[in-house]
Amino acid sequence: MSDVHAQTVAYVRDTMLPEQSPPLTEKGAIKWLRENLFSGWFNTVLTLLSLLVIWYTLAAIGPWLLNSVWNAGSLSECRRILDGTSGACFAVINDRWHQLLFGFYPPALYWRPVLALVLLFVALAPVLFFALPRKMLIFSGLYPFVAYHLLWGGSVWLPISAVLGFVAGYVAFRLLSRISALVAVFGAVLAPVLWWIFAAGAFDSTMSSILPLGLDFVRSDRFGGFLISLVIGVTGISLSLPIGILLALGRQSDMVFVKSVCVIFIEFIRGVPLITLLFTASLLLNYFLPPGTSFDLILRVIIMVTLFASAYMAEVIRGGLAALPKGQYEAADALGLDYWKAQRLIIMPQALKISIPGIVNTFIGLFKDTTLVVFIGLLDPVGLSNAIRASTDWNGIYWELFIFIGALFFIFCFGISRYSMYLERKLKTDHK
Amino acid sequence: MSEPVIEMPVDRKIDASKMKVSDQVAIQITGMNKWFGTFHVLRDINMTVNQGERIVVCGPSGSGKSTLIRCINRLEEHQSGQIIVDGTELTGDLKNIDKVRSEVGMVFQHFNLFPHLSILENCTLAPIWVRKTPKREAEEIAMHFLEKVKIPEQALKYPGQLSGGQQQRVAIARSLCMKPRIMLFDEPTSALDPEMIKEVLDTMIALAEEGMTMICVTHEMGFAQAVANRVIFMDQGQIVEQNEPREFFNNPKSDRTKLFLSQILGH
Repeated sequence: MSDVHAQTVAYVRDTMLPEQSPPLTEKGAIKWLRENLFSGWFNTVLTLLSLLVIWYTLAAIGPWLLNSVWNAGSLSECRRILDGTSGACFAVINDRWHQLLFGFYPPALYWRPVLALVLLFVALAPVLFFALPRKMLIFSGLYPFVAYHLLWGGSVWLPISAVLGFVAGYVAFRLLSRISALVAVFGAVLAPVLWWIFAAGAFDSTMSSILPLGLDFVRSDRFGGFLISLVIGVTGISLSLPIGILLALGRQSDMVFVKSVCVIFIEFIRGVPLITLLFTASLLLNYFLPPGTSFDLILRVIIMVTLFASAYMAEVIRGGLAALPKGQYEAADALGLDYWKAQRLIIMPQALKISIPGIVNTFIGLFKDTTLVVFIGLLDPVGLSNAIRASTDWNGIYWELFIFIGALFFIFCFGISRYSMYLERKLKTDHK
Repeated sequence: MSEPVIEMPVDRKIDASKMKVSDQVAIQITGMNKWFGTFHVLRDINMTVNQGERIVVCGPSGSGKSTLIRCINRLEEHQSGQIIVDGTELTGDLKNIDKVRSEVGMVFQHFNLFPHLSILENCTLAPIWVRKTPKREAEEIAMHFLEKVKIPEQALKYPGQLSGGQQQRVAIARSLCMKPRIMLFDEPTSALDPEMIKEVLDTMIALAEEGMTMICVTHEMGFAQAVANRVIFMDQGQIVEQNEPREFFNNPKSDRTKLFLSQILGH
């Protein structure tokens, strides 16, 4: 019985058709080629044109790269070796490798930033990969102090007294939370501030006189190269997310004062170019501080970069918050969760997940923007490339340095981007 | 007026032996008014719900029935009058609001499950974080209620993997895990396919059979007929008529009610 009469004659199918494999032209490389590269005369022309462009580019750059010189003391030596042929002179990377990575950091102490970098990955691991034991987060929490001590050195008691401030805040919170949540939060803020203002200095100096432990102090102006990019970038990234979350929540708050402070902050920071903020940090900030206080330049830059990124972050997260259905808030309310619990357990996990692409965008942008510090005289890799070119040995070298700096940044940014894609896949629970 | 045709929502016999109403007051609303901006959405609402009562609120859309039950756990704020839930008056006091919310369960039209948490985590979240129940115990409670709504095998899946009816049953289980004394249902079957309405109603009837105090905004008149001991009809933000279901369906008093019933019940 055929289907032709289905409209007129009652029909019941008694055997279901088995699945069959598709015809040969519908699978494999042939199908891919036909669908993606040669699916019509126009696309075929485009494909051939693209191949041509790729060929010319490779033909132009390839020999230059392949014919590169890796060992030479100066650009003129490079040219002598090349003997008139076209070739890259990557010898400059070899020659100035340490400077590009560490700036003018004392060579005997290179192990400290290297160790700090290794420990950075250890500290990041439990934050990035949830399968790792949660206890490792304790180290992640302590890492900023460890890294500070490794990089700048000085008395070991300074970072310890800073940590003790947080401990004081925690203890105050635990003790006062029996009285009321509000008092506890107040105490948790007040206790560390009091400790840092009144007790931390005395603690540091007494302990240092009793037990002088520490590493050689390295001044901020010795920092440079990729070290400075990483210090500013990593600190900015890890601080801008929490500050951004708070600003986004503040902007949505019902409390008029909190809301307007957040709105004014975000709009002001977003409306001003980063370079202006950096000049403010390097030139103007000292005018506003009490005379005699010298405020580390790198620290000032970190603060400005962080504030800048957190204003953007706040808006990205606000987008995520806006995308959440109102029902999620209502369900959390109806179950009796208070504001902070609802935010932490229901709202933020979803809003942040939605905002991952935007957050990563801001992170990568921030990391690359660290190169702007060259304008206020910090010697980041770009700044160093100018310094290197200023020497008689390497006067006139451009491409090789910028290719190297670009590649280094690319590796980090590509890593961040890959991780974010992994995270998005992992957090996908909607099964669409 | 001929006897309206109201279908029974479930095939089995309903056990009414436990559906007893005590004379203890669960919810007391007096002279309550609410405005959305300048729109007077609830006007002089007075109602008393006793422990164990099962009340169905019906009415045309925009009549304020959802707003009314959302006021009971303060998802909406009322501007005048008094709402007392289980002896606690709802005012601006956040402590009272949290207390009432943890005693009153709510089921929404669109389920509002938390999509980033598994079914089990959806059910254990509030007991762990609000009631401070140990995780182990909370999971046992959750599994108990998931069995009750007949989907224990879905516990480790995510809401996105479940059908609408299953999601709504999880939402009911999630509320029950807080061991509420009162359950509010805001059109729990309106977003569901006909096949799934039945499984949700079945769960709700089972709940009624255990003596839960329930207020349901619903258009399921079969459910009202079988389970409710009082039907409230609202229009334009006011309670127009309330009666026990048999009388309400067979002998409606006001013209507005008659018109509404003739529209939603096939003759």
